[in-house]
Amino acid sequence: MKVTEKDVTYVADLANLELSAEERTGMERDLNSILDYIDRLNELDTSNVEPMAQVSDRYGVDESKQGSERFAYASREDVVEGLRKSLPQEVALENAPDADGTFFRVPKVIER
Amino acid sequence: MQLTQLTIEAARSSIQERKTTALALTESHYARIQKEDDQIGAYLTLCKERALEQADRIDRMAAEGKPLPPLGGVPVGIKDVMSTRGVRTTAGSKILGHYIPPYDCTAVARMEAAGAVVLGKTNCDEFAMGSSNENSAFRPVRNPRDLSRVPGGSSGGSAAAVAADMAVVALGSDTGGSIRQPASFCGVVGLMPTYGRVSRYGLIAFASSLDHIGPLAKTVKDAAIVLRTIAGRDPMDATSADLPVPDYVAELDKPMRGLRLGVAKEYFGDGLDGEVRHAVESAIDKLKSLGCEIVPVSLPHTPYAIPAYYLIATAEASSNLARYDGVRYSYRAAGVKTLSEMYRRSRDEGFGAEVKRRIMLGTYALSAGYYDAYYLKAQKVRTLLTQDFEEAFRKVDAIVTPTSPTAAFRLGEKSNDPLAMYLADIYTVTADLAGIPGISIPCGETKGKLPIGLQILGKHFDEATILRVANAYEQAA
Repeated sequence: MKVTEKDVTYVADLANLELSAEERTGMERDLNSILDYIDRLNELDTSNVEPMAQVSDRYGVDESKQGSERFAYASREDVVEGLRKSLPQEVALENAPDADGTFFRVPKVIER
Repeated sequence: MQLTQLTIEAARSSIQERKTTALALTESHYARIQKEDDQIGAYLTLCKERALEQADRIDRMAAEGKPLPPLGGVPVGIKDVMSTRGVRTTAGSKILGHYIPPYDCTAVARMEAAGAVVLGKTNCDEFAMGSSNENSAFRPVRNPRDLSRVPGGSSGGSAAAVAADMAVVALGSDTGGSIRQPASFCGVVGLMPTYGRVSRYGLIAFASSLDHIGPLAKTVKDAAIVLRTIAGRDPMDATSADLPVPDYVAELDKPMRGLRLGVAKEYFGDGLDGEVRHAVESAIDKLKSLGCEIVPVSLPHTPYAIPAYYLIATAEASSNLARYDGVRYSYRAAGVKTLSEMYRRSRDEGFGAEVKRRIMLGTYALSAGYYDAYYLKAQKVRTLLTQDFEEAFRKVDAIVTPTSPTAAFRLGEKSNDPLAMYLADIYTVTADLAGIPGISIPCGETKGKLPIGLQILGKHFDEATILRVANAYEQAA
């Protein structure tokens, strides 16, 4: 599989990146070089192999328990402020690039 | 001995016995930073007020004759990917250049609760993505042993701070080798604990199934003390394991005789520098002379670790980094007219080249039509890599390898070739994928006086054994 200029534009769009013309050219070159190397994964027959997304569902759990019982320790009561208090509004807004004291302020969303 | 060269226990007991004070210890580290760090660049932000307040608290305890906590008065550096309440936390990125977290990372909170004095935040590759620290948006870190060379990455600032006596110990994070490889390049000890051993709460996410927090230290014992401090279940991180934390320090001195250490030929193939090979083989001989049995093992899928890693890590990163949208707490581009333009331009201007490259690769690997061929395939290979270790650990208690195929390379040497840079992690990424613990300890130098690292890999949640082997080697070397 070869990444084309069109693919770069499409993926940049998905990732909410603009990328300059120069960056796009570099990206096409770099992605192809990396994917060429990655293609060696196809040397392996994985048709009977289960995928692994997480380590913590296999190790350090109580093997005698089944399914979600294994992770009972990681659940909590479904209550407001179960683990910590929510941030006060003024603290939550402190790092915002633009806020009006109550809301985050952003450019107009709806065009008309 | 200089105040900046103490181990944790020496520092703590000197304060406890009133031979020095936490204040003097803190000030002497700041003086050292003042003198050395212009040329090294290990710190991005210092938090002197917070440090002096903590030092004062410890000094008052000592004056009252109260027993000090395990890290009482010990000056530490914190990699700038760990949130610190009220102290700027950038992840080495322009996009978080002005971010001041409203809460503390659990590992940092546990260090401070144990008496540690946080001097400041250490430099790193942007979002911990890199193997040389050249990807920091602020400045590269230079290797204290040779300023023309990189300190490794991504925890290069933490490694350099410890190596240059600008901290007694430091916290780093490891997603593909980012604690162990810089430890190896700078000649210090670096420990990546088992996945789930240390809470990730408050760690700025790179790849959530691979991120680990761990110590960089001058001695194995110091690393064990820090691990004992930060390990253990945290309700704020659902993936933190619900297992008791052993006394890693007490376990250090258990006998070595009869331990079986695996050596895998896949870690000694093409690309391994001759001087590194020689140093690691000598270290293995030394471990044998200490009573260990050396057993050949095979980890046949090792050549597939880097490709699998760079699909999984970038896929997770592309999702984690979607949150930087210029709305709530990150950089926002000026003069934007529409919401979509705000997202794009803020991210374009806020992220550096390597971060964009990884977001692109990860988004590509997850996109329709490529998911099965890339992301799912990589997850299956992750299973195979993990099974390799399971198989090997049926025969041995730990596995010894080089940490990195070469000693520290020069600044600029690999920065234009992403793939060459990725291959610097060839001996470290597999442990991250499998979730097993690993430690890098110094095992000699090249003719050019550059440090070489020995890596010891262990079974899940068996940090005690790799620390014990590392400690025995360190004591004998």
